[in-house]
Amino acid sequence: MKTRYSTASKILTIFFVILCLIWIIPIFEVLINSFKTNNAVNMDAFALPNSETFVGFDNYVKGMTFGNYPFVKALGYSLLITVVSVILILLFTSMSAWYIARVNSKFSKFFYFLCLFSMIVPFQMVMFTLTFTADQLKLNTPWTIPVVYLGFGAGLAIFMFVGFVKGLPLEIEEAAAIDGCGPVRTFFLVVLPMLKPTLISVGILETMWVWNDYLLPYLVLDRTKYMTIPILVQYLKGSYGTVDLGATMAVIMLSIIPIIIVYIFCQKHIIKGVAAGAVKG
Amino acid sequence: MRKKSHDDTTVNSVLLRRPIQRWFPLFILPTFLCFLIGFIWPFLQGIYLSFCNFNTPKDAQWVGFSNYVKAFKDAGFIHAFWNTAAFAVVSILLINVVAFAIAYALTQKMRGANLFRTVFFMPNLIGGVVLGYIWSMIFDAILRNYSTYLTANATYGFWGLVILVAWQQIGYMMIIYIAGLQAIPGDMMEAAKIDGANGWQTLFKVTIPNVMPSITICTFLTLTNSFKLFDQNLALTGGAPSVMMAGTKVNMTELLALNIYSTYNINKNWHGAAQAKAVVFFLLVAVLAIAQQTATRKKEVQQ
Repeated sequence: MKTRYSTASKILTIFFVILCLIWIIPIFEVLINSFKTNNAVNMDAFALPNSETFVGFDNYVKGMTFGNYPFVKALGYSLLITVVSVILILLFTSMSAWYIARVNSKFSKFFYFLCLFSMIVPFQMVMFTLTFTADQLKLNTPWTIPVVYLGFGAGLAIFMFVGFVKGLPLEIEEAAAIDGCGPVRTFFLVVLPMLKPTLISVGILETMWVWNDYLLPYLVLDRTKYMTIPILVQYLKGSYGTVDLGATMAVIMLSIIPIIIVYIFCQKHIIKGVAAGAVKG
Repeated sequence: MRKKSHDDTTVNSVLLRRPIQRWFPLFILPTFLCFLIGFIWPFLQGIYLSFCNFNTPKDAQWVGFSNYVKAFKDAGFIHAFWNTAAFAVVSILLINVVAFAIAYALTQKMRGANLFRTVFFMPNLIGGVVLGYIWSMIFDAILRNYSTYLTANATYGFWGLVILVAWQQIGYMMIIYIAGLQAIPGDMMEAAKIDGANGWQTLFKVTIPNVMPSITICTFLTLTNSFKLFDQNLALTGGAPSVMMAGTKVNMTELLALNIYSTYNINKNWHGAAQAKAVVFFLLVAVLAIAQQTATRKKEVQQ
């Protein structure tokens, strides 16, 4: 193993440093514009803020209540919906996947087939009808919308869990059964801990989906009362976009910061989870 | 992507099957009920309503295939179809070639490879609507120097969306390619070297055939992603600019998913046609996904 880097590799490194800098320009743009006046953003979005155009944290203060909807409220609803949905999905789909993998009945096969099938169905196919159904069943609040997410997101999660459970040795669960452990305890004490890597992958994929999802909550939720961050951003663009770009950039920055913080701390898991999820899919 | 896991016969342990089956209401029922509400019922109702005139499902009246006729006569739908097809081809090529090149470079011995990987992947975590907004600001700022703007010309909107999606998805595909490249057995590369293969020969005769599973996954994902693209399309241009074509308003930068959505929002006379378009859209995505899978699977190397 040589630890010295060749000249070619050094040139490549420099090239990648430049490419990475280009890669983060869009985020950097949002950051600098969030400190500029609306006019300055309109005139020259690429200019750095100067003494005339710099407004400090004014845009952030304005952004907190921009569009007559408090940002914190949207953040709260986004968090609530994402956390509850992902927990629901992880818990129930892993249980179902274990059942499907261990009980070789016609129903298991049928359900599994439907899950695979649902993965290729675009959301547009069900969006109108799902909205009606969710409305009728009162699933149009942030507290009940996780049910919709569990339903529409079950396919991929079950597919990934079933693939993993099939690779687990039967002997462990059989030993638990012989020792008098019922299915519920076997699942929670024996199977679930072994599922940890897949729980992380599925958890990350579903979190990325639910947190960033726009259309489903937009259609299902009662928008006069509940907005998530993507809905708020689109709402600002639609009706306030030309009014104050600086404040909108601040709102966007506020919505990106939590993601970047989580990413910095969990990037290994996130990248591994994505790779594992894709290889299974 | 192991072939086995699909048709693998499910293990049936006598010790486990019966006891688990008794807990059906706990293990299956909640998920299945939600699946019924969130997928099966809306899907079936969607097919039914595509043959109806309706405002809400309660007042649906059967009209046969007339919604489909209306959908195919809609110039906007046909335009969105070709737009989507062109967009898919361009973005599949661009994203996969660049993502593979970056992954290939990053798996060579290089300082800072992990940091680069982290940076390239980051845009994936940001939602489509926010991305669309960020990029519309940037494109407008660039085009301002040429005294024009993003939604002035459909060409700008098209390539703008290509750049946005490439920026977002290259990192994701790169991760998959890196995983594929790292899975190539080291002795295989060594054998190629000993046999006197040069860099390009190794790349085309050893590396690429061995990462075919990753290529299958990535082309599949970029294909379905570009066909299903909605948020970015809505937030970047929202379909603008629009042009009158054969008496109907056609949104020039609209892709299929957005076209279906905006058709539904015209008025209630278009609900049925929008649902018919959605069914056509579903069939199209399904056929493409299955065709792509069978086509690239054949090229995979058995390990």
